[in-house]
Amino acid sequence: MIRVALPAHLRTLASVSGEVALDIPGPAPDAAAVTLGMALDALEERHPVLRGTIRDQATGRRRAFVRFFACQQDLSHESAEFPLPQAVAAGAEPLLIVGAMAGG
Amino acid sequence: MSGVRVLVGTRKGAFVLTSDGTRQEWSVAGPEFPGWEIYHVKGSPVDRARIYASQSTGWFGQLIQRSDDGGRSWQPVGKEFAYDGIPGTHQWYDGTPHPWEFARVWHLEPSLTDPDTVYAGVEDAALFRSTDAGETWQELSGLRGHDTGSRWQPGAGGMCLHTIIQDPVNQGRMFAAISAAGAFRSDDAGTTWRPINHGLQSEGIPDPEAEIGHCVHRIALHPSRPDVLFMQKHWDVMRSDDAGENWHEVSGNLPSDFGFPISVHANEPDTVYVLPITSDSYRFPPEGKLRVYRSRTGGNEWEALSAGLPQQNCYVNVLRDAMDVDSLDECGVYFGTTGGQVYVSADGGDSWDAIVRDLPAVLSVEVQTLP
Repeated sequence: MIRVALPAHLRTLASVSGEVALDIPGPAPDAAAVTLGMALDALEERHPVLRGTIRDQATGRRRAFVRFFACQQDLSHESAEFPLPQAVAAGAEPLLIVGAMAGG
Repeated sequence: MSGVRVLVGTRKGAFVLTSDGTRQEWSVAGPEFPGWEIYHVKGSPVDRARIYASQSTGWFGQLIQRSDDGGRSWQPVGKEFAYDGIPGTHQWYDGTPHPWEFARVWHLEPSLTDPDTVYAGVEDAALFRSTDAGETWQELSGLRGHDTGSRWQPGAGGMCLHTIIQDPVNQGRMFAAISAAGAFRSDDAGTTWRPINHGLQSEGIPDPEAEIGHCVHRIALHPSRPDVLFMQKHWDVMRSDDAGENWHEVSGNLPSDFGFPISVHANEPDTVYVLPITSDSYRFPPEGKLRVYRSRTGGNEWEALSAGLPQQNCYVNVLRDAMDVDSLDECGVYFGTTGGQVYVSADGGDSWDAIVRDLPAVLSVEVQTLP
């Protein structure tokens, strides 16, 4: 199980009030092998309304004003294959999806 | 008793304003989708409970929302707008080729006959259609695929398809307008298209016969006389009497012929409304006075309508989708401003009242006349 923290607008859209807890599909995955892409896939599978809001539906590219953080690391520029920190993969720490501070 | 429902899209959410047929007392609901830009909200003319809304932000992209109960509840529907085939390129501001990239939905136009069919005009300019109430979208690529498509260029606000009109009389005829490509017509329900810009004169385009490149801001028609089109171009108010084959200027005595919206009275096909803006440099009303102008002669002769509107220190703008009329016997006229006011006239423009004064900047106003 991993935990994902969403920005307010996406929590509203997904009708969730706190963090989202996700089981990563597959045959008993090795916790160390949970990737950023697997986490986002599982999130979008659970909440299809979020497809396209975090990454482009066609290209899979992260939207420009969305950032990923975990365990004090900025994962925004990492690929989908990037393995999440062990503490995130084990559910001890959340994967943070953050809307950049911008706009008016 | 009859009534009206005014659907307002703003920079920070959607609002629904309702009143009975007197249009004196209003209730205000919203914001729906608070914090999101709502470029357009429009109801089906067939099923008044069915409403579509375009919801977007720069952070999280595009969503489409649908209501089946007159705006009391909403559900997100399909939001994948994939260009047909390999999209190719259009021209960028500097004249270089630029790949077609979806940015947002500017305009939603529900079908005149089927509540589950709705058209979407998007940026970068293309026309999409859904026949399953917004769940899935398919491009009508004959428009973007027109020979001229690779030469279209964006206006300052992006290259947006912002106007979609279905001809209620001539089956299969549709009109679309794109900034800054111009006006287009289809006679086969959107399969193929051709530019209809003959007679438009645009500063910066030296060729008076230029087929494309015109910054059309809005087109309007009266359903009883669909061959007569009225256009607010970037500069110039124009009229066509032959379904867009030829255009002639009807700006007449307007204090400025720059502006965005144009609307036709519901019951008088020759009564037209515009809202002059000083210039493309200033984008606020002339002399700080907010005035709607009405022509009862199909253009050229215009009268200022100012009763109830601010006549000093007013520096708002009124955007292209932010004016509409109802279809009650005494036609109501409505518009919203970038200052957050929504004004109504229940007497065809003779006098005005503010329904609300402090909404976020208004992007669109659409009116449903209720039985």
